[in-house]
Amino acid sequence: MAASTNSYESIATTTVGSGGSATVTLSSIPATYTHLQVRCIVRSTQAAANFGVLMYFNGITTQASNYSAHALRGNGSSASAFGGTTESIQSVGAGANATSGVFGAVVWDILDYTNTNKNKVVRALGGYDNNGDGIIQLSSGMLYSSQPVISSITFATTGNDFAQYSQFALYGIKGS
Amino acid sequence: MASTYEKIATNTLGSAAATVTFSTISGAYTDLVFIIAAGNSTTASDQIRAQFNSDTGSNYSFTQIVGNGSTATSGRSSNSTAMRFGFCSNNTETNAIIQIQNYSNTTTYKSSLARINNPNVNLYAVVNLWRNTSAITNISLFMESGGNFNSGSTFTLYGIKAA
Repeated sequence: MAASTNSYESIATTTVGSGGSATVTLSSIPATYTHLQVRCIVRSTQAAANFGVLMYFNGITTQASNYSAHALRGNGSSASAFGGTTESIQSVGAGANATSGVFGAVVWDILDYTNTNKNKVVRALGGYDNNGDGIIQLSSGMLYSSQPVISSITFATTGNDFAQYSQFALYGIKGS
Repeated sequence: MASTYEKIATNTLGSAAATVTFSTISGAYTDLVFIIAAGNSTTASDQIRAQFNSDTGSNYSFTQIVGNGSTATSGRSSNSTAMRFGFCSNNTETNAIIQIQNYSNTTTYKSSLARINNPNVNLYAVVNLWRNTSAITNISLFMESGGNFNSGSTFTLYGIKAA
């Protein structure tokens, strides 16, 4: 049987407008796929070199007792790791102090998102470079307090708003 | 229903080559995914470098993390003349998957993410920046030291369409 050419489908895309946005939510996600992928470019309005991009599921925004996460990152001079059992799922983007036009990029993979017998695990590769500073980060995270079908994904920042032109594109990947 | 994730082009080298170029890249997609399975033709280590739109100026930079089997380190290059897309060593194969985000917009500088695997030596994760807002229509690859890609090396470019 020939493989389907439509196993990877676009579900929704949100681009932040001129006023910025504190959060971006991709909601009403259909349960007709096996895995999800979110591809984004991100910049914050916070006056800093970089910021954390946080990911929440189904409106559960309290990290304690809900989420665990770990990350491995390089900042151009050293490698480090952080994480724990009260850590938000997160990656990194460019802050407002970065040169105009510089955005971070992140690709998130959310596996088996409709399985109600599993905690939902995410991996992400993200980072930004600003010609002299930057961070590259490999992340993992999990919603462990419950095993719902993921029907909405909310992105938030560790400071201020997502800047204009930040974009979040959600894709569904079908299994057999 | 139109396909969302499409192959744009593939190049399998029939003989060793110093450069590989994908040109006239359509702007019909949102992101590009570039997959490299390649080797170099010498016994030396070498970096696979990349340039967009034939820009040879010092308009690139990157930040990376590397694990070599015993330690993890991080480094960067600023005002570089090319990005880092791969690593070859000692005539062995490497593979790399590069995510090129929002390549066709004309508003933002272009960031890309590379995961590079050379099991004999190391693995890399790299974020690259091209300080230019132009849509990417051309990608050129070459070895940093000027060596060749091995015959049989494959390079495949995919496009992803957002809603």
